[in-house]
Amino acid sequence: MVLERELTVTNREGLHFRPIMQLVEVASKFSSRVRIRCGDREADARSPMELLMLVATQGCSLMVTIEGDDAPAAMDALSQLFSQGFGET
Amino acid sequence: MITKKGINASPGVAIGTALVLDAEDYRIPRRTVDPGQIPAQISVLDNALETSRAEVAELRVAAARKVGDQAGDIFRFHEGLIGDRRLRESVAELITNHRNTAAYAFSQIMGQRQKEFRALNDPYLKERVRDLHDIERRVLRHILGRQREDIANLSEPVIVFAHDLTPSQAVSIDRKHVLGFAIDVGGQTSHTAILVRMMDIPSVIALNDATSDVTGGETVIVDGVHGIVVINPDEATLERYRAQQREYREFVVRLNRLRDLPSVTRDDVRIQLFANIELADEAEAALEAGAEGVGLYRTEFLFLSRTRPPSEDEQYESYRRAAESLKGKPLVIRTMDLGADKMSFSMGMQHDPNPDLGLRSLRYCLQHLDLFKTHLRAILRAGVHGDVRIMFPMITTPMELRQARATLADVMEDLDEEGISFRRDIKIGIMVETPAAAIMAASLARDVHFMSIGTNDLTEYTLAVDRGNERVAHLYAPHSPAVLRLIRSVLRGGARISLPVNICGEMAGSPVYCQLLIGLGLRHLSMTPKDIPEIKRIVRSSTIAECRAVAREALRFDSDRQVLNFLRDELRKLNDDPL
Repeated sequence: MVLERELTVTNREGLHFRPIMQLVEVASKFSSRVRIRCGDREADARSPMELLMLVATQGCSLMVTIEGDDAPAAMDALSQLFSQGFGET
Repeated sequence: MITKKGINASPGVAIGTALVLDAEDYRIPRRTVDPGQIPAQISVLDNALETSRAEVAELRVAAARKVGDQAGDIFRFHEGLIGDRRLRESVAELITNHRNTAAYAFSQIMGQRQKEFRALNDPYLKERVRDLHDIERRVLRHILGRQREDIANLSEPVIVFAHDLTPSQAVSIDRKHVLGFAIDVGGQTSHTAILVRMMDIPSVIALNDATSDVTGGETVIVDGVHGIVVINPDEATLERYRAQQREYREFVVRLNRLRDLPSVTRDDVRIQLFANIELADEAEAALEAGAEGVGLYRTEFLFLSRTRPPSEDEQYESYRRAAESLKGKPLVIRTMDLGADKMSFSMGMQHDPNPDLGLRSLRYCLQHLDLFKTHLRAILRAGVHGDVRIMFPMITTPMELRQARATLADVMEDLDEEGISFRRDIKIGIMVETPAAAIMAASLARDVHFMSIGTNDLTEYTLAVDRGNERVAHLYAPHSPAVLRLIRSVLRGGARISLPVNICGEMAGSPVYCQLLIGLGLRHLSMTPKDIPEIKRIVRSSTIAECRAVAREALRFDSDRQVLNFLRDELRKLNDDPL
């Protein structure tokens, strides 16, 4: 199963190290493969190095692609992270 | 120009370019490996990543406790980066496809990432380049096995600045290219100091923060005679030190002329001078310096800087080489004295909370009999190639000596059964280096052929001072009245049954103590080969009566300060030159 959704970075600091570690943590809980695209750069959601290189600042919209059996649950969990701004303002 | 005062650890004057051991970048040569080596390189990578990750996890816990959770988060992020599977895959790919070494492949990938981070032109990401750099250094350190590669492969002569130098680092250095050492920590009898003296490299230790005054590349002077380091000297200072360098070399030449003269006092009493060595190759240099044999062969260095203990044959080869180089002169092999500051974690040794009082030395051996027996077999077998004797360190009770002897007897029985030749009548001795052994010397003496006083540990244990801890190192004093009384107790214990007593601590090679030790009754002194000419000069300038008077007087004082001042005055008076 493949799901795709556009999510927006709302927190002021953008995808810096704390949100990245939350992303990695959540993505690692699921067996599905999670990819995140920002413009022409793409990252594996379990790779902090690649996520850093997305340079996703506040207001960026990211295309999240999830492929695998537990894709819906993974998508829900990730959407929640983004909508809560990773617990930051 | 900055002048720093430390402790003179090894004499001589060195002038050269500074290299800072901890801050210098790693230089990773581009090397390829045989296809068969690829899996090994990948497992080196995986081990280094895992060790680094665990290290950072510890830092995280410590940082969170000290500074708060926010500080801990930064390390959590580092953990995440080190554990990044995609990073690991790309490095493994380079190793597999290009047959690069793990070190080269890892530094390539990390270099690429840092370049990409910079190219993205984002202020936040630019800052993260430093995080990547930190991670790169951490992982590389583990791939390369600490910092050994760094000082093992120098290409030009340098003066090494380091916060600390472990014994295993010290033994792995490239002697040809190290002109001098400037070390932040340490006391005069720390193992670092002992090693640099053995290697005959001018060194100053206990400089506190010298590493923060240099970045590398500066011209520096190490004055190992006076314990001074000068950074960026002016022309006049340089000129003065060049002259000192010449003078020191002439002094060494003069002392070397003493080499072939006998070590006897003016009233014809023989004082036998032996050498302390660390490596089999030093046995020859010991004779060269005029030693009458080796009074202490520290075997543990064979066990350092390696992942597995040396095999029986490997040990045997070293001991045999040392024995043969001595051409029939005595070789006292001390069984391995591992533990405390000479840890070898890779061999499954654990960190004791209080290593000096923990499972070290003979205690460790008696709990690891396989390792110990292999060691004893090698020594016994080497015994047929010379006058090999065996010495057990760190004895505290007669029980320990009995256990060690029983193990030795077992090993002899095994060798007998296997029909392997060995020295059956090997002489057995003990190191007296705990106050307990010194006090009980008369009773221990009955079960051995000789005793040897290890004044370094004896002083540490008596005065409860860690000589490697720069904050208390000034309290360390082998001339302390308490230590002198213990030495006297050992000599009396030995004299009662005419047992030879040797002294093999640093004290034996220090000119200021020479008359005192002879006066107390010692006739065998064992020291770094380099110290032999100077000690011989003092022996040849003294009479037994004079030495006894010095000892008697020294024992009257109740503070170590008074003893030392008195001994220094006596040494000053003794400027009669027998050359």
